[in-house]
Amino acid sequence: MKMTGAEILIECLKREKVEVLFGYPGGQVLPIFDKLYDAPIKFILVRHEQAAAHAADGYARATGKTGVCLATSGPGATNLVTGIATAYMDSIPMVAITGQVKSFLIGNDAFQEADITGITRPITKHNYLVEDIKDLARIMKEAFHIASTGRPGPVLVDIPSDIQMQQCEFEYPDKVSIRGYNPTYIGHVGQIKRAAKAISEAKKPILYVGGGAIISNASEEVTELAINNEIPVTMTLLGLGAFPSTHELSLGMLGMHGTAYANHSIMDSDLIISVGARFDDRVTGKVDAFAPHAKVIHIDIDPASVSKNVEVDIPIVGDAKLVLKELNKFVKKPDTKDWIKTVAEWKNKYSLKYKDDNTLRPQYILEQIYEATKGDAIICTEVGQNQMWAAQFFKFTKPRTMLSSGGLGTMGYGFPAAIGAQLGKPDAHVFDIAGDGSIQMNIQELATSVANKLPIKIVILNNCYLGMVRQWQELFYNHRYSYTCLNGTEPDFVKLADAYGAVGMLITKKEDVRSAIDKALAINNTVIMDFRIEREENVYPMVPAGEAINKMIGGGLA
Amino acid sequence: MKHTISVLVENKFGVLARISGLFSARGFNISSLAVGETEDPTVSRMTIVVEGDDKTLEQIKKQSNKLIDVIKVIDYREGEFIDRELILIKISFTSKNKKDLLAAVDAAGGKVESSGDRSICVEASGDRAKIKTILELLKPFGILEVVRTGRIAIDTTDKGLKADGKPEVNE
Ligand SMILES: Cc1ncc(C[n+]2csc(CCOP(=O)(O)OP(=O)(O)O)c2C)c(N)n1
Ligand SMILES: [Mg+2]
Repeated sequence: MKMTGAEILIECLKREKVEVLFGYPGGQVLPIFDKLYDAPIKFILVRHEQAAAHAADGYARATGKTGVCLATSGPGATNLVTGIATAYMDSIPMVAITGQVKSFLIGNDAFQEADITGITRPITKHNYLVEDIKDLARIMKEAFHIASTGRPGPVLVDIPSDIQMQQCEFEYPDKVSIRGYNPTYIGHVGQIKRAAKAISEAKKPILYVGGGAIISNASEEVTELAINNEIPVTMTLLGLGAFPSTHELSLGMLGMHGTAYANHSIMDSDLIISVGARFDDRVTGKVDAFAPHAKVIHIDIDPASVSKNVEVDIPIVGDAKLVLKELNKFVKKPDTKDWIKTVAEWKNKYSLKYKDDNTLRPQYILEQIYEATKGDAIICTEVGQNQMWAAQFFKFTKPRTMLSSGGLGTMGYGFPAAIGAQLGKPDAHVFDIAGDGSIQMNIQELATSVANKLPIKIVILNNCYLGMVRQWQELFYNHRYSYTCLNGTEPDFVKLADAYGAVGMLITKKEDVRSAIDKALAINNTVIMDFRIEREENVYPMVPAGEAINKMIGGGLA
Repeated sequence: MKHTISVLVENKFGVLARISGLFSARGFNISSLAVGETEDPTVSRMTIVVEGDDKTLEQIKKQSNKLIDVIKVIDYREGEFIDRELILIKISFTSKNKKDLLAAVDAAGGKVESSGDRSICVEASGDRAKIKTILELLKPFGILEVVRTGRIAIDTTDKGLKADGKPEVNE
């Protein structure tokens, strides 16, 4: 049967079992929107295309499925860019569909023309401009395949509007064959055996777990490796949730704002078992000084991540879950008794602290959210101090519950990501831990959230500052708070919530925190909780830029 | 250190931009790049001369391999390949030095492809050393223009290079 390009697109989405599509209409996607009108796909109309991309990303992180977003040509497409770049940096499976001006107009500076495949080339895993309707079904099939396999990432498909209207026979390929794309899943047995031997012989091993472990659903295997062999575990921001933070072997997050005990432990270790992490500069600090005595086992699906930042002794290219499954068969339990003791002492001595007085402090709020939800929540974050406090003080125990822009550090990510997460996990408690600055970057999504009756809880840790930048200015720029103070210029968030049909709450006292959270949890609507926190609270501990990660400010004290 | 690598890619629109974009985004230095179709019309071959230490080269190979349109990356080892470049040189002459110029072109192994009233166009090809010598020999006469194709390379083993997909990356 002959179908139009728009019909073919919808049919492809159905074949790929796409349940939710996030997007915004415009001139060059009119044929697609006409077909969406009665398609069996839930369409979520955002209020800014950037939010469509972040929501698709949040949906993908929370569910493990590929997130899909749709925008028109030109400004619609360019508005997706930040969201695509965010997904790219964090290896999130996403398919972004854009309308393009008619084929024969391309290159003519036509109305709302932008070379979106050119613009997104460095921030997509791959992208396509559809030049012939006969290629559309194959391209869609490839796009979903590429986005979700290997090291996942966003794939963009740009479809000129004339192609959306042309007709051809629809045939969905059942297989993909791309000769230049054959990710390695199975780890090399010899390498796995070498790694097992190294672990068995190690005295001070440490597991260093990143977002790759979450993506490959390897939590179970990580946990088995750690517990059976008594190996302490530290996680990156994106790795949080891969191993329960409540377990005694957990050292929490490492790096610039990691725990002092995680940083000391990795620096002193004799073997680092890296699982789906990439030795990013926020983790290693001064790279030459990083873990000087450690041998490194690096398990990663992306060969280009291996030996990129640090020298690796035993590289294993493959899927984290499959590799760990094998590895777990071969490892003989090392003797880590003394090591575990030392690490436990550090954990005790350098535990995360904050001043426990009557002031309303952000750390306390995070702890209370944890208590109120018993840890059973999806925590999305914005970027800045709020993000780091969330990472430090909420005890993540399950994978896919920490949604944060790690690689790109995108302010404005958290709220739309929460929308995606809530749609993917309707029964979950979804929070956006926000700053007063970040929340204003996609505040318009209150409309989307309320329209879809999403019970998202937005927790603004309101310091009336671009707090993280202010912290750097305080510590390294002589207290010169250049353009980081928002005091007196901020909206009334309670009224704002009200204006959108959400619920607003203002909390100024410590003793009101818990009851406010409980109250918010009982409200079946989007809630903004405006917590007026101690304005100049800093995130500690902290490794100054370019320092070794055991050279921390505020490592042991509040 | 300079390395010569050969990259087999899908012969499609936009692939050159992907490669050159990757190199500039990651700060890899290209000294020369030549592209052309292969024995298989669906495959193009790029010969890229890059500058960098072993670690950089490793990243260049891995990052190039990550591109979906890249089918294979080959890093040539010293002594196992030949490389050639074609250059066209326009040189001016006077009635006084024309004879010397022609003799020099001949000695350098170049071929005069066209001659005008006051200039000739010379074609020459060869490996890096040869091209360098030619340019040095002709320089004193006054070179007006030089056009170079960039280097192409082929390995000298008995095997052919098939575009049969990326090798398993397993270290
Ligand atoms: C889109 C974007 N612009 C700028 C920055 C730089 N930046 C990082 S943190 C930060 C301040 C964030 O302020 P706020 O949201 O209030 O969070 P706080 O640090 O106060 O918790 C800024 C401006 C960024 N990460 N993202
Ligand atoms: Mg703030």
